[in-house]
Amino acid sequence: MTEHILRMSGITKTFPGVKALQDVNLSVRRGEIHAICGENGAGKSTLMKVLSGVYPHGDYEGEIYFEGKRCEFGGIRDSEHAGIVIIHQELALSPQLSIAENIFLGNERAKRGIIDWNRTNYEAGELMKRVGLRENPTTPISDIGVGKQQLVEIAKALSKEVKLLILDEPTAALNDDDSAHLLDLLRGLRDEGITCVIISHKLNEVTAIADSVTIIRDGRTIETLDMVTDHVTEDRIIAGMVGRALDNRYPPHESKIGEEALRIEDWTVYSPSQPDRKVVDGAALTLRRGEIVGLAGLMGAGRTELAMSLFGRTYGVHISGKVFKDGKPIEIRNVQDAINHGIAYASEDRKRYGLNLIQDIKTNISAAGLKGLARRGWVNDNEEYRVAEQFHKSMNIKAPSVNSVVGQLSGGNQQKVVLSKWIMTEPEVLILDEPTRGIDVGAKYEIYTIINRLADEGKAILVISSELPELLGLCDRIYTLSEGRITGEVSRQEATQESLMRLMTKGQE
Amino acid sequence: MTTLTVGRASVPAKYLPVLVTGCLFVAMFVAGGIRYEGFASGQVILNVFIDNAFLLVVAVGMTFVILTGGIDLSVGSVVALSTMIAASLMEGPGWPPYLVVPLVLAIGSGLGLVMGYIVHAFDIQPFIVTLAGMFLARGLCYTIGTDSIPIQDPTFTAFAQTRIDLFGDLWISPSVVIAVVVVLVAVYVLHYTRFGRSVYATGGSEQSALLMGLPVGRTKITVYTVSGFCSALGGVLLSFYMLSGYGLHAVGMELDAIAAVVIGGTLLTGGSGFLLGTVLGVLVLGLIQTIISFEGTLSSWWTKIFIGMLLFVFILLQRLFSARSRR
Repeated sequence: MTEHILRMSGITKTFPGVKALQDVNLSVRRGEIHAICGENGAGKSTLMKVLSGVYPHGDYEGEIYFEGKRCEFGGIRDSEHAGIVIIHQELALSPQLSIAENIFLGNERAKRGIIDWNRTNYEAGELMKRVGLRENPTTPISDIGVGKQQLVEIAKALSKEVKLLILDEPTAALNDDDSAHLLDLLRGLRDEGITCVIISHKLNEVTAIADSVTIIRDGRTIETLDMVTDHVTEDRIIAGMVGRALDNRYPPHESKIGEEALRIEDWTVYSPSQPDRKVVDGAALTLRRGEIVGLAGLMGAGRTELAMSLFGRTYGVHISGKVFKDGKPIEIRNVQDAINHGIAYASEDRKRYGLNLIQDIKTNISAAGLKGLARRGWVNDNEEYRVAEQFHKSMNIKAPSVNSVVGQLSGGNQQKVVLSKWIMTEPEVLILDEPTRGIDVGAKYEIYTIINRLADEGKAILVISSELPELLGLCDRIYTLSEGRITGEVSRQEATQESLMRLMTKGQE
Repeated sequence: MTTLTVGRASVPAKYLPVLVTGCLFVAMFVAGGIRYEGFASGQVILNVFIDNAFLLVVAVGMTFVILTGGIDLSVGSVVALSTMIAASLMEGPGWPPYLVVPLVLAIGSGLGLVMGYIVHAFDIQPFIVTLAGMFLARGLCYTIGTDSIPIQDPTFTAFAQTRIDLFGDLWISPSVVIAVVVVLVAVYVLHYTRFGRSVYATGGSEQSALLMGLPVGRTKITVYTVSGFCSALGGVLLSFYMLSGYGLHAVGMELDAIAAVVIGGTLLTGGSGFLLGTVLGVLVLGLIQTIISFEGTLSSWWTKIFIGMLLFVFILLQRLFSARSRR
């Protein structure tokens, strides 16, 4: 048995109202690549934030031993000083500065306060050679692609004499070539004696590269497996990730499925930041009236991108494909077109994209459907008040009045405002992106009931969710999306968490 | 005032800044009345209106822009340009006022339209675009003439010197009537039209406004056009007041207008605020000037010192307000 470089034991981290981590243990051997797997929201990133000092000592319970010494990190600086470097999914680089400047940011090569540019660029060049980045050290970060930016982050970590490198979803935003290169680089670093912890959703990568894997579910450690001695396969990891019983958290519902409402064919979308990367690749979907359809996929699979590109081209470039409404081809050029064709989209980030937080409930509800309340541009505010009051009651929005400011409502009630807003536009197709994110269990049940009611009224509904039990409890049919491609379509009867997870992690052969 | 619902125990947070400004205005007026003889008369308040009618109109336009989260630095220069065009056309070729005034309004609106279009189409910060507009308009003044041009057109001067008698000895100028009409129309547009709603929604969260299918681009262009129109109208009112056109008129007026809007409780980040607040903001600024002139011994620069201090107080107040609502 080799020595453990890192041991975290009994880690518990509580956020107001939620236990994000509960008695989590993690042991990492020196010189291995250790993968951490779990569903979205299982607590992987929180655990890494505890380790790297983002949540300082005293903010959590439990103990951390690094290289045999007990550690109490007060911030990222402390953990970096000890030799732990974390590379977040959203890269922390300054886009206007050069590669060399970024590598030594906060750690400048200077003599008595004056930066030694020759040394900076020379040493940056050496580090870049180690990570296989062939660029001029003076090139600005914004001029290189995400794959290369990832390498700059690693070079930056190496400049700090890293002993334990943590990568959070390093390949989520990369194309296949860049991913393969990155994985090779990690193997090289392991051979140099640098221990790596990698958080990944791509199980094929995990099985290809990791020496051992720890599975986290609902904020608890489930198990730690050695890839070789335990003969770990992708299915084995999936079983650990989802093994949870479904209880009665979903209102019973019998769908009356009608005619086809919306169909897309060969839908392809390119990323606006990397115009050569397909975010959605030839997707085809059919939504029928009265039916609740699920869209499952891991983070970065392209779920939101698919929905937003469809909703008036609010995401992506070079969008191509066909859209049919009630069997007839339609053209959606902007949000207004989408609304006119009876399509509504409730964003996963309701605070940023779904609501005007500093305004009251009434104005938020009427914002998208104001046309129906106005004649020649003049808003009938009595009618507006009446309509808002109606939603206040029918949606059971818990607020003293429709004049309450939306920013002060709970997540569940904010979501009811968002739904009211879209229902007011009288849509026939509703796309709900993570409709219950950040909402407590009781309010979730209410939202599910509302969704069922909308289906009963004959609307076609597409629910995007990271929570598989939610999709299984709510939907009549579920599509799976992986790396921008529809990898499967399963009915509620056939679907299990395991089968969905397998389809969701299916890589491109 | 109608924004306060009588009988409710607590005032909604969004009315708080307006209420504070209102109280401040009343307090200043009462303090002035106690300290100076002849201060506590209705005419003192009316004089504030008479002396600041042009600022009020300009600040109304500025309120539209700031509510969308933008800023318009060009207003002072457009005011000056408007006085200059009006004076030169009436004095040189002798154009009649009823031709000159619409032309001036069209030029101001046009400038605003162009700036708004650039802000929207090229996604450039309004600060830069309107800064460029500010230099442009100020420079255009001097291509017309470097000296002050007096206005002697009989219709124009007669209108400017008209006194509209109210009850008692009280009187106002026609400019005040125009300014009040502008305020009323603007209040109506902001609160009772779809355009007004789009203004608030754009300032509150531009991304969510886009995803609600609101015409964000058109709204942005329109508010700068409104601001340009208001600046030109402010310029016309200023030429009533000064009876001259001059390239050095209204230097720094954009900052007075911004100060009035902010003191009136409108968030500089947009999305929250009332026109009534802006009116009170202008009145507070005007009343400070009045108090200082009543004091007699103080230099008029004390006006700036008080405005400076007031701005600090209101920006701090807004910080507290927005920190509380962003939970």
